[in-house]
Amino acid sequence: MLEFLWLIPILPLAGAAVNGLLGRRFPKGLVTAVGVGAPLLSLLVALGCLWVYHGSFPNEAYNQVLYAWTAGDLSIPVAFLLDRLSAVMLFIVTFVGFLIHVYSAGYMAHEEGYSRYFAYLNLFMSAMLLLVLGNNYLVMFVGWEGVGLCSYLLIGFYYDQRFPPYAGKKAFIVNRIGDFAFLVGMFALFANFGTLNYADLFSRISEQPGLVTGPTVMGLPLASFVALCFFVGAMGKSAQIPLYVWLPDAMAGPTPVSALIHAATMVTAGVYMVVRSNVIYQLAPGVSQFVAVIGAATAIFAATIAIAQTDIKKVLAYSTVSQLGYMFLAAGLGAYSAALFHVMTHAFFKALLFLGSGSVIHAMGGEQDMTKMGGLKKHLPSTFWTYLIGTFAIAGIPPLAGFFSKDEILHAAAGNGQWVLWTVGLITAGLTAFYMFRSVFLTFFGTFRGTHEQEHHLHESPAVMTIPLWILAAGAVVAGFVEVPKVLGGIDRFHLWLEPVLFHPAGREAIEHEMGTGMEWALILIAVAVAVAGILLARRMYGGDSGLANGRTWAERFPTLHRVLVNKYYVDEIYDVLIVKPLAGLSRFFWKGVDTFIIDGTIHAGAYATELTGEFGRLSTTGNVRTYALYFFLGVILLGCWIAFG
Amino acid sequence: MEPFFGLLAGNTLTRLVFFPAIAAVPLLFLVKAPARAAKIYVLIASLVELAFGIFYLATHLGADGSFTLVHDAPLTWIASYGIKYDLAMDGISMPLVLLGIFLLPLVILGSWKGISDHWPLFGVSLLLLTTGVLGALLAYDLFVFYVFWEVMLVPMYLLIGIWGGERKIYAAVKFFLYTMAGSLLMLVAILWMAWTFQGLNGGVWSFAYDDLLRLNLPEHQQIWLFAAFALTFAIKVPMFPVHTWLPDAHVEAPTGGSVILAGILLKLGTYGFLRFALPLFPHASAVARPLLLTLAIVGILYGALVAWVQVDMKKLVAYSSIAHLGFVMLGLLAADIVAWQGSLLQMVNHGLSTGALFLLVGMLYDRRHTKKFDEFGGLAKVMPVFAFFLVFSSLASVGLPALNGFVGEFMILTGSFRTLGWPVAVATFGVVLAAIYLLKMIQLTILGPITKEENKKLSDLSFREVAALVPLCVLMLWIGVAPNAFLQPSRQALEDVLTQYKQRIEEPDVREASLRPVATTVAAVSAKATEAGR
Repeated sequence: MLEFLWLIPILPLAGAAVNGLLGRRFPKGLVTAVGVGAPLLSLLVALGCLWVYHGSFPNEAYNQVLYAWTAGDLSIPVAFLLDRLSAVMLFIVTFVGFLIHVYSAGYMAHEEGYSRYFAYLNLFMSAMLLLVLGNNYLVMFVGWEGVGLCSYLLIGFYYDQRFPPYAGKKAFIVNRIGDFAFLVGMFALFANFGTLNYADLFSRISEQPGLVTGPTVMGLPLASFVALCFFVGAMGKSAQIPLYVWLPDAMAGPTPVSALIHAATMVTAGVYMVVRSNVIYQLAPGVSQFVAVIGAATAIFAATIAIAQTDIKKVLAYSTVSQLGYMFLAAGLGAYSAALFHVMTHAFFKALLFLGSGSVIHAMGGEQDMTKMGGLKKHLPSTFWTYLIGTFAIAGIPPLAGFFSKDEILHAAAGNGQWVLWTVGLITAGLTAFYMFRSVFLTFFGTFRGTHEQEHHLHESPAVMTIPLWILAAGAVVAGFVEVPKVLGGIDRFHLWLEPVLFHPAGREAIEHEMGTGMEWALILIAVAVAVAGILLARRMYGGDSGLANGRTWAERFPTLHRVLVNKYYVDEIYDVLIVKPLAGLSRFFWKGVDTFIIDGTIHAGAYATELTGEFGRLSTTGNVRTYALYFFLGVILLGCWIAFG
Repeated sequence: MEPFFGLLAGNTLTRLVFFPAIAAVPLLFLVKAPARAAKIYVLIASLVELAFGIFYLATHLGADGSFTLVHDAPLTWIASYGIKYDLAMDGISMPLVLLGIFLLPLVILGSWKGISDHWPLFGVSLLLLTTGVLGALLAYDLFVFYVFWEVMLVPMYLLIGIWGGERKIYAAVKFFLYTMAGSLLMLVAILWMAWTFQGLNGGVWSFAYDDLLRLNLPEHQQIWLFAAFALTFAIKVPMFPVHTWLPDAHVEAPTGGSVILAGILLKLGTYGFLRFALPLFPHASAVARPLLLTLAIVGILYGALVAWVQVDMKKLVAYSSIAHLGFVMLGLLAADIVAWQGSLLQMVNHGLSTGALFLLVGMLYDRRHTKKFDEFGGLAKVMPVFAFFLVFSSLASVGLPALNGFVGEFMILTGSFRTLGWPVAVATFGVVLAAIYLLKMIQLTILGPITKEENKKLSDLSFREVAALVPLCVLMLWIGVAPNAFLQPSRQALEDVLTQYKQRIEEPDVREASLRPVATTVAAVSAKATEAGR
């Protein structure tokens, strides 16, 4: 079975090629069959591989080399790797990915460019699977940029409007800034090790940590340099401060795309990369701390913006940025399994929330503004209940998935004695519960605030959309049980599963943080209490029939704060003034000032001087014999002088 | 002349070089021929040339995909100065020669509608240009090289000057003078070297590449000679700050001229560094390396930034060439095998992707007679096929993995980073800028709403136009996914040159010029091996 591993990314690629090249001539049913069938086959092969892998290779990684790219002493195998880490990602991507494809068949049914949509979405699956299955950094990078391309194409899916293509371009460029750092990190690794294969790199590094802590690159120890470069790459892909700005705008794409790419899978690639490179991060403690701080800062920063947004997708977008911050907080603290655990639970509940919002938007005829919704509970019962489950999960209410993964992260912060980060994480948890329930109250409770026509058309989505919602809701309920903390009677199953891919570099033995059982219970209860407080506050402000008006009154008490939050701290505007405008000005100066004025000016001056010399020289050729006789005479005198004195 | 015709008749380099020129002869007598007949004739000639090229490759490519040096039997041309007509192909020139041959039919397809006047003469110019380019790439005697180098100049001058746009005369003269300024200095340097050689060789002259490679010159002499060669090649590349002829030449040149100019002519500059300037003057090139490196990196960033603010689509692509060729120069200066293989591949890559972009700009120009961005927008709605090819070629140019540009760039940067360090990190930022300007181009032409009434009924690409683009895109994808077949032929040749180059840099400076013994040149050794093998 494992020898079919390569089929997992290839099948969706084939689907993309078929629909991309021929889809426009296909009947719709065939487009759906190919577009949904390819990820289904991919999922089945993946499940088969995972089953066999789980049974026969409990610890060993399975490698499949297809061919190699060689030049000089560079040799990059195009090869796939199934180990315990990629297994988790493989499951998330194929499972959630398939469900979202199914949902898309309903959601996009009446859109123009149906076959183009599925071609892009399949291409994304292929690139994402390449990213998680590659056995070296270069294959990961191919997938990494591939998903970036698909993100660009899908954000700009409604290409004949003004904003979506702009948002797509912004996403691609901001991601490229991260990719630039990723590339430089790879160069540094290659320069020192001559390989980019995980197995070779990590085994050598963990046996001889001196190989990466000794040599320096651009003034930093190699480990820190590479870790920093890779993290900057992750900042782009996983939307961390300061490169998060593309993700909120990415909501211009179709909603299932937001669920798949901008919530469940692609944006977690940065977390995957850090976890994959854990041996390097463990040897770069300073950078790890930086990762944790950036993660925590992003978590709380985005959460504060989310509380003031009225576009339902914007709330979820900032929520995603915030949750990704949690994951980096965990990874930076060295709690790699907690980070990946949150990737998994988040994939379920955030995909669920996005698809739920899509169902709402679908029913509302494209409306995304929550101030024009309200009272949808009775019209969209399935959507409401599943959305509510997702909201409870993200708020961290036990025993839903988000509770366990968030608890694990906060526990890691407390266990490391990082109480500042713990506090930030805790406050963020409260904010998360608050803004998510705000969205629930504004959308599903109170009275309907849209137009009559919209109210008339309100309908629950078809089964093709609600069934994926229910499956994801089930996931959001049960996914947390794979990692029940010891204090609650669990055995840390997920952590044990990942143990073989987490390195313990020589000389840096893991420190076990033992906290008393009472302390652990106290931390759990505090976290739950904060979440419940957030929910109750949201209910107080936005619950009931006049929730929106109530909320507005609250906002008016803090006008400046509210304006700053609504405008997302003006970060886009600041970037525009500080970076984009000066760079454009400089470029124009290069063009008009340097190229046209200085360089061409010099050349034209040279040409003019030549012409002038010619004009001047022409004066001597008068055509007059006496002038020439004079030249002759002067020549004779000069010659005489030379002979006499020379 | 008889031995020459003998060469011409066989499966030889001579046939590859001179077939286009010979095919051009009948057209010279039929300048009034109908355009359609001329087009078909030139297209057939170019396809025959392509067949010759592929056949030549097929008969000389090793079983393991390697390519060793092959000579045409040299003919004495000017005996008293030891000038020999000597063509040879190795793994370094082979990819570029095939690129040139490959682009020709596509250029003709791309110029089908765009050129309305004097088609026969247009065909003559294209064919002669091909002969000049191939000759310069294959010349193994520096005098012959110089002759071909100048031969290239005239047809290009005509292409811009006759079939160009509004400021065609300005652009053509600028192109001509810039190039001449450099190449005259190179001629002086070549003559000086041959003269030095005969002085050390008992009065026997030679311009042969292998002979001049034996010259062991003191550094202070090398510096002047290197300066002359480097200036010539730097103008051709073009490197900052001698690049300003390029945007003008491109904007004014007809589509076909632009494709050949960007696709293959510029590569003569980088090829010149790799073949001549670096190996002939190792010490001088090591001295000049910081300067050239700085200029290459400035070129990468500067070209990209200036490309970004252009309002003319063709000028944007022209400036992007400066940035891309900057990467190639960076790789060559790194003196690292991975970087060199990357540089050579990137020369081909740039020919493919930028060639495609110029063809696409031309196709748009044929329809709308403008290249200004503010005249376009939203074209994807009416021209989806055009949009596909534009996005595909742009992404290749951006360096998206799984397309050709990434493979070359990655090898250049990886290889350079280990020899040059942090400046390469600065250069790598060029990949961000590439995304910025190329996505801007995509957005302003094909995305967003259609704002101009004229654009609402534009026709999508015709079969002929698609036929011109598909071969390019197939190669872009092939190189991007499985580049080995394109890397293997050049590997040995580049390793030989690099080994010798690095060895010679290490050697101490000499006080007086001397000649190395014949056997020390690696290229000569492998040449001997080939001779023996035949």
